[in-house]
Amino acid sequence: MRDNIDPKVCPIVANHIKVALVGQPNVGKSMLINSVSNAHLHVGNFSGVTVDKIEVLFDYKDYHFTVVDLPGTYAFTDYTIEERVTHDYLCTEDYDIIINVVDSTNLEKNLQLTSELLTMSKKMIIALNMSDEMEKEGIDIDAKYMSGLLGVSCVEVSAATKTGIEDLIESVLQAYENPKNEPKLIFSEPVEEEIEVIVSYLQKHKLQATNSYRNIAINLLKKNKKTYGKLHGDPIWTELQPTLVEALRHIELHHGTDDIEEAFAEEYAAFNRGIVAEVVQQTKRFGSEQKTLTEKIDNVLVHPFFGIPIFLFLMWGLFQLTFELGAVPMDLIDAFFGWLGDVVGRNIPNDDICSLIVDGLISGVGAVILFTPNIIILFIGIALLETTGYMSRVAFLLDGFFHKFGLHGQSFIPLVTGFGCSIPAYMSARILKNERDRLLTLFIISFMSCGARLPVYVLFAGAFFSEAVAGNVLFAIYITGAVLGLIAAKILKMTAFKGANEPFVMEMPKYRLPSFKLLFHTVWGETKMYLKKAGTFIAGATVVIWFLSNYPHNEELEKNYAQKIETAVSQKEKNLFINELAKKQLEESYLGHIGHFTEPLFEPIGLDWKMAVTLEAGIAAKEVVVSTLGVLYSLGEGVDEESGSLKGAISRNISLASAVAFIVVIMIYLPCFAASIIFTREAGGVKYFFYLLAFTSISAYVLAFFAYRITLLLGY
Amino acid sequence: MNNLLDCHKGCKAKVKKINAQYNLKQRLISFGIMKGAKLEVLEYAPRKKTIEIKIGKMRIALRAQEAEFIEVEEV
Repeated sequence: MRDNIDPKVCPIVANHIKVALVGQPNVGKSMLINSVSNAHLHVGNFSGVTVDKIEVLFDYKDYHFTVVDLPGTYAFTDYTIEERVTHDYLCTEDYDIIINVVDSTNLEKNLQLTSELLTMSKKMIIALNMSDEMEKEGIDIDAKYMSGLLGVSCVEVSAATKTGIEDLIESVLQAYENPKNEPKLIFSEPVEEEIEVIVSYLQKHKLQATNSYRNIAINLLKKNKKTYGKLHGDPIWTELQPTLVEALRHIELHHGTDDIEEAFAEEYAAFNRGIVAEVVQQTKRFGSEQKTLTEKIDNVLVHPFFGIPIFLFLMWGLFQLTFELGAVPMDLIDAFFGWLGDVVGRNIPNDDICSLIVDGLISGVGAVILFTPNIIILFIGIALLETTGYMSRVAFLLDGFFHKFGLHGQSFIPLVTGFGCSIPAYMSARILKNERDRLLTLFIISFMSCGARLPVYVLFAGAFFSEAVAGNVLFAIYITGAVLGLIAAKILKMTAFKGANEPFVMEMPKYRLPSFKLLFHTVWGETKMYLKKAGTFIAGATVVIWFLSNYPHNEELEKNYAQKIETAVSQKEKNLFINELAKKQLEESYLGHIGHFTEPLFEPIGLDWKMAVTLEAGIAAKEVVVSTLGVLYSLGEGVDEESGSLKGAISRNISLASAVAFIVVIMIYLPCFAASIIFTREAGGVKYFFYLLAFTSISAYVLAFFAYRITLLLGY
Repeated sequence: MNNLLDCHKGCKAKVKKINAQYNLKQRLISFGIMKGAKLEVLEYAPRKKTIEIKIGKMRIALRAQEAEFIEVEEV
């Protein structure tokens, strides 16, 4: 059958190469994939950006490539979920070649994983990444010599400047076409002796195996479970075992430890030191006298006293910018949608369709799009935090403080991601080693207000406060959310997640200035998602909300008011009647009924039926909150408003106390539908969703109740 | 018989032994913190809760409780 395939249909004679990209965290694996293909994987400057394996496909010459981006791992272990992803993939999946990505400015540390991978009996290529930074730091690596020493091709590349990429792919092709070389991993004399003993024993008994005898011997000495399992059933095992025990004792004695893994770690380290001494040359002096730029910056940013104030100041600045700078294009966008509504409204003769488009789609979707500038500024801030390397510093500074609340310093990373969107935040909680810490962090993430809630805050801050203080109010809302999250963490830690503390060991990356292109892609990607959501999901939800709030029409009411309006003496009276009719119609609608049905529940926290409905709709997605407000208040509002803006409608119709309660609920209650699904998956069970539902709903309700009463007591 | 916490800021030391239990020890080793490794204390977070060390070219943040397990001698 295969011969019948028309070559025109499939021009590429499919030579499929599957490549596994492995390396320590933060060496630029994802960025390398982005430069090889045209993918836009998420890139940051901290350990643990990639937490799940991602496949990217591309073609080169006559080959199909599948590159699998695996989460970074310091050693070939499987303690954390992300490490397990890598470990299991490398051990059990089918792939052709490993590309081991290393940071060439820190070769010795990176080789620690490399030397472990060399015992994997797979074809391998070493990508000496960050060659641009290496040059800047005056480091020189003799890649050719290194290839010779290791028996594995080493290629200098730079994912950031896209140099050496083609060489890398060519080397992969070569390795694919040629038989596998035996890598040259040389151990200390005692270990080599024992390897020799085992190898000659295996030779004597002519063991059938696909791997080389040397490889098997090394794995036996490393107590590799798989190799043990394979040989355990073999008749030679009974004789081999005593030899092995003796060999292990010899090696452990030599290293002065009773831990064979530690002994091998030292073996690898010694081997790597040897390689580095041979191939690396430091041309420029970076002695202890001369401080690197990173150290100079760190002297200020992780200062024991000023570090945390500086961080708080930067966050405050971000929210000020979000409001102040965001307000400039907002007025234009607002005016544009106002104009659009007018024009479209005048040109559609059918009343129902006109209302659907103007009051439904335009005011709903417009309300969401209105906040794009704010979202962009917030995303830029988060992207900077992620890509410069500052995030790990803050984790370092806050660990002591977080620890008091039962959180882990590294919880900071998913929590900050949560300010952007809860979904990646839930995923990034995987960097936490301990299951309890991870679950605790998952429960707290929704307290960090996501980007989709920002529009609600900007709207209300703008409606109730002058522009001068609105930025501060915004900052206060976020800080309050974060503080509430910490308190919630403490409570959970004392009740549901009791247990020992997890160690905190984290790498602090070098500071890097992200390229404009990288920032642009990150921010644009997120913004595009926001806008896309506004155009699809939010638009759909808006139409539903519009329908529910417009039907059924109460004919009798309409007739009554038609008479009143006709007999009205002045224009003012006429408008008054039109408004009254709209309000009554709204209350008679499906949405009105739903709202009135649930109103008793929301009354104690000062919310009327419209706000109740808005919150209910917000469970689907937080963007729906503004769009629903947009629809509800554009319907209820009259036609003569000189300013049709939602901000005005809100400040006229909602009291400050109710607004505060509303904001508190938005801050705390269940994240959107999509996020809840990811939460359930990451937490590992539906029961956790119900815990989250109960936990967030109860705390939202109780806190909103107090917030409402206290604001009332204060006289607002 | 000093542990890492006894070192002042800027001090350079050599790891003598790691007294941690299995998992933490493996973790430290994977970061290059193992017998014979040379390190430098870079910074302490407020109230010595967390410590930043430099080992080779890598900067690592450790919590005080973990630093205590690392036995060092000053060089």
